[in-house]
Amino acid sequence: MEIKAPTPQIPPAVWTEFKDLQEWEKLHQERPEGDKHSALFESLTEGIQHFPGGFALTTVADAFFNWARKSSVWPVTFGLACCAIEMMATFASRFDVERLGMVPWASPRHSDLMIVSGTVTIKMAPMLKRIYDQMPDPKWAVSMGSCANSGGPFRHGYHVVKGVDRVIPVDVYVPGCPPPPESLLNGLLLLQDQISHFRTTGQRAAPNPKTD
Amino acid sequence: MTFDQVRGQIQERFGVPADGEGSQLGVSVDVERWLELGRFARETLGCLYFNFSTAVDWKEQGLEVVARVENLDAGFALTMKTKLGPGGTRCPSLEPVWRGAGWMERECYDMFGIGFDGHPDLRRILLPQDWEGHPLLKSYAVDTPHPPYR
Repeated sequence: MEIKAPTPQIPPAVWTEFKDLQEWEKLHQERPEGDKHSALFESLTEGIQHFPGGFALTTVADAFFNWARKSSVWPVTFGLACCAIEMMATFASRFDVERLGMVPWASPRHSDLMIVSGTVTIKMAPMLKRIYDQMPDPKWAVSMGSCANSGGPFRHGYHVVKGVDRVIPVDVYVPGCPPPPESLLNGLLLLQDQISHFRTTGQRAAPNPKTD
Repeated sequence: MTFDQVRGQIQERFGVPADGEGSQLGVSVDVERWLELGRFARETLGCLYFNFSTAVDWKEQGLEVVARVENLDAGFALTMKTKLGPGGTRCPSLEPVWRGAGWMERECYDMFGIGFDGHPDLRRILLPQDWEGHPLLKSYAVDTPHPPYR
């Protein structure tokens, strides 16, 4: 019996009934990944940056914006597996992340951070990508646990994405199986440190194109 | 009805001895008598509870469909097996006998690619509809290169 390797394609998203998503998709095609701000804002900051002495203004503005961004990182609750239990423990009262300005929010449209906690299956990957695309820029992603980092113990299974960085760009990887809340807190602090060094001209990594 | 009487009934009807010990019965029949065995187990032996249905890939010997049904009142369980032969992928469906067999046979089709004749809605149930191949077959290439999503 001849069985071929699994190489199916993702069917295109059927968004015929959602007008706003169609418009968003068109906007997203005009503004490709890597452009984290509006074109007007980017040209303005570029102009000020290249004006003699203008770097002082953009640096101060960067510091202010980054302080504001890192002080209110709202994670969208995206629990996929047992890592989500540790994520909930991190959100709860003992390891209180609200003291870091993080409010777990159940809508991607109000969120800045996606904590991918758990095994990303091949069937779930398009939904994860779609939810990540619905988050407004600037946005960050934390890969939590071995499964989201690399596939973990299910790496050689037939149904698991070998690392969520093949689907979305990831800023911080938190190792562990599952990571305890202390590890996730450390990862979130690292993310805040990373956000504080964010630059308007900086571009983050594209999804990792590696194959097996 | 004792367990030995049940064994006798199976022997008398299908001509094969029922193996297993005590209340755990097992019988293996040809694929042509699979649906007949299902109806016999439900109507004569009173096995109203369909526990599960799955398959085994014996490589060059072909696939084997396994179903376990139970009579909860009399307290015995019957494991029904049938070999499809080398390269065989067709099997009669037990869905007309037990409604609960429907989803189990959909999963069986999903994982082993067995086509159940008489099943009203034989689609994939766990994997995406556009998946190619059947992962629990021994010949399935597991660790193959795939594009980022797949």
